[in-house]
Amino acid sequence: MAGPPLIVLEHLGKDYETDAGTVTVLGDIDLAVEAGASVAIMGPSGSGKSTLMNILGCLDVPSRGRYVLDGQDVAGLDDDARAHLRNRVVGFVFQGFNLLPRVDLAENVALPLLYAGVAAAERRRTAIATLARVGLQGFETYLPSRVSGGQQQRVAIARALVTRPRLILADEPTGNLDSRTSHEIMRLFTGLNASDGITLVLVTHEEDIAAYARRLVQLVDGRILSDRSTPGPAGGATP
Amino acid sequence: MIASLLAEAWQSMKANRMRSMLTMLGMVIGVAAVILMVAIGNGAQQSVDESIASMGSNLFIVLSGSTTSGGVRMGTGAAPTLTTADADAIAELPEVAAVAPMLPGTAQVIYGPNNWSTVVAGTTASMLVVRDWPLVSGSAFSDADVRSAARTAVLGRTVATNLFGDEDPVGKTIRVKQTPFVVVGLLATKGQSLTGQDQDDTILVPVTTAQRKLFGTQFPGTVRQIMVQARSAEVMAAAEADMTGLLRQRHHLPERADNDFDIRNLTALANTAAQTTRVMSIMLGAIASVSLVVGGIGIMNIMLVSVTERTREIGIRIAIGARRRDILLQFLLEAVILSLIGCFAGALCGIGGAVATHLIANTMIVITLGSVVGAFALASAVGVFFGYYPARRAASLQPVDALRYQ
Ligand SMILES: Nc1ncnc2c1ncn2[C@@H]1O[C@H](COP(=O)(O)OP(=O)(O)O)[C@@H](O)[C@H]1O
Ligand SMILES: [Mg+2]
Repeated sequence: MAGPPLIVLEHLGKDYETDAGTVTVLGDIDLAVEAGASVAIMGPSGSGKSTLMNILGCLDVPSRGRYVLDGQDVAGLDDDARAHLRNRVVGFVFQGFNLLPRVDLAENVALPLLYAGVAAAERRRTAIATLARVGLQGFETYLPSRVSGGQQQRVAIARALVTRPRLILADEPTGNLDSRTSHEIMRLFTGLNASDGITLVLVTHEEDIAAYARRLVQLVDGRILSDRSTPGPAGGATP
Repeated sequence: MIASLLAEAWQSMKANRMRSMLTMLGMVIGVAAVILMVAIGNGAQQSVDESIASMGSNLFIVLSGSTTSGGVRMGTGAAPTLTTADADAIAELPEVAAVAPMLPGTAQVIYGPNNWSTVVAGTTASMLVVRDWPLVSGSAFSDADVRSAARTAVLGRTVATNLFGDEDPVGKTIRVKQTPFVVVGLLATKGQSLTGQDQDDTILVPVTTAQRKLFGTQFPGTVRQIMVQARSAEVMAAAEADMTGLLRQRHHLPERADNDFDIRNLTALANTAAQTTRVMSIMLGAIASVSLVVGGIGIMNIMLVSVTERTREIGIRIAIGARRRDILLQFLLEAVILSLIGCFAGALCGIGGAVATHLIANTMIVITLGSVVGAFALASAVGVFFGYYPARRAASLQPVDALRYQ
């Protein structure tokens, strides 16, 4: 892929202040992700994967270093500008789905459009179309509790997609799903990556899930241990 | 955007129906109390104001009595120390506009088959000037009637209604204590006095007639009281001083002796009454406002619980692009909607309560647009004020922390 990278991290670090003193969770991360790439991040529990994802998703701020997203230095942005990035540039998919339990699936998907200032009727229409894209036609008026985990994760993906972001960040998106459903979700991700050119960064514990990405980053103790290409989605397409 | 946030707020209130209702109840009670109390306070004030207006302006009442006989101090009005001549002398004072002597007594009045017990007051035609009391029919008795102790009478509305119904009493003959009187005039309705008496339940007759034919006393020419109207509010003090001097001189009171009469400034008394009512109605409103504040604290309490309960939801909203002001506005709107709905219900209850009070206790109530609008404004202010802190808490949550919250 040509053009400037979508994500650039330079000497990025993150510390947490705890009772036991300062804990360095991310050491000195240098990473560039081209637009349209698909990257899997693996690493042992507590190695800082979620912390990194939260910083990438503008949910958290780094303690050191630079983070440039889509040409913008995130450190220099105010709250509103970062909210705008979360809304338009990034779509976040969580391990625990994080749907609003009291509103129906279409409303859940439509929510980012509310903050994008889209009119109500238009929101609903776009949400229903996006639900159809993730294979949930006819489930629009269901409450999240009435559908399976795999379906809930599809709703979460639809919600991440609805504002047409350039980047999808998925922190252990298959962590709560069985193996078959996990592969279905991964095929949905790689499909979006291939057909729409949406950049995909995902965290996983499982080799076969990571194999859906074309690039694999190993994180240990807040540092990048290895960063290499993989055979790509073709290699992991067979369950 | 606002419309959508309103819908969101409505959604979440519906989802917590019971809690929302209980929160609103605090508001309902507060607003109802404010509207009811203000209505009652205003009503009391208005009835006092009306009584004062019906009394006449710049008035004194000079009461006879308070003499010391054999070491026993008698109460006011106990001794017949005032006379018609005193009244005439007071009328000559420069500060005095009009003077009316009064000799009241109760008597049975009969017309045809109807009879009625009422206050018959001997006085002069200037009584109507002093009390600012117009006639609706006929005329007052003349000075000639007073000089000749004529048997003429002017009826108050209540007496006329009880004796004559809708008939015009002027020209008819009634019997007061068996003595026939010709009705020459009918007074306009005055309403209640400050002390709650029906001022229309009275008959006015020439003072001489009352002295000689109705309430004869052993001291001829005495009256119970003298009503005095000063020329203006400014000369009230001077008038009181001059009257005191004049009466002491006329009653030949030695230097050290107490007055054998009592001058009361009715206008000052009335103003005191009006002042008291005003303070009372302000106090009622203030006490009711406290319950509104308590209702507001209830809203704050619930909103704080709601923010804590929905920490994860707030985190999700921030993660998908909500700005801090979106979150702030959402929770603020919820608080304001809660208080406004509570306020609306409270206004209905308050107005209903005021009307019920009026019907049951027959007290005057005054519901002004101002008090209702004021209660609404106060309720929204309370909603914003007490909703702001929880909303700020929600808006200042860090997304990572909020999302980690279980
Ligand atoms: N708010 C925090 N305060 C203190 N320590 C934290 C905080 N958040 C995460 N950590 C620590 O940072 C380390 C990395 O956490 P995380 O990024 O969630 O790891 P991973 O997702 O790779 O399992 C962990 O040791 C965790 O305890
Ligand atoms: Mg993690």
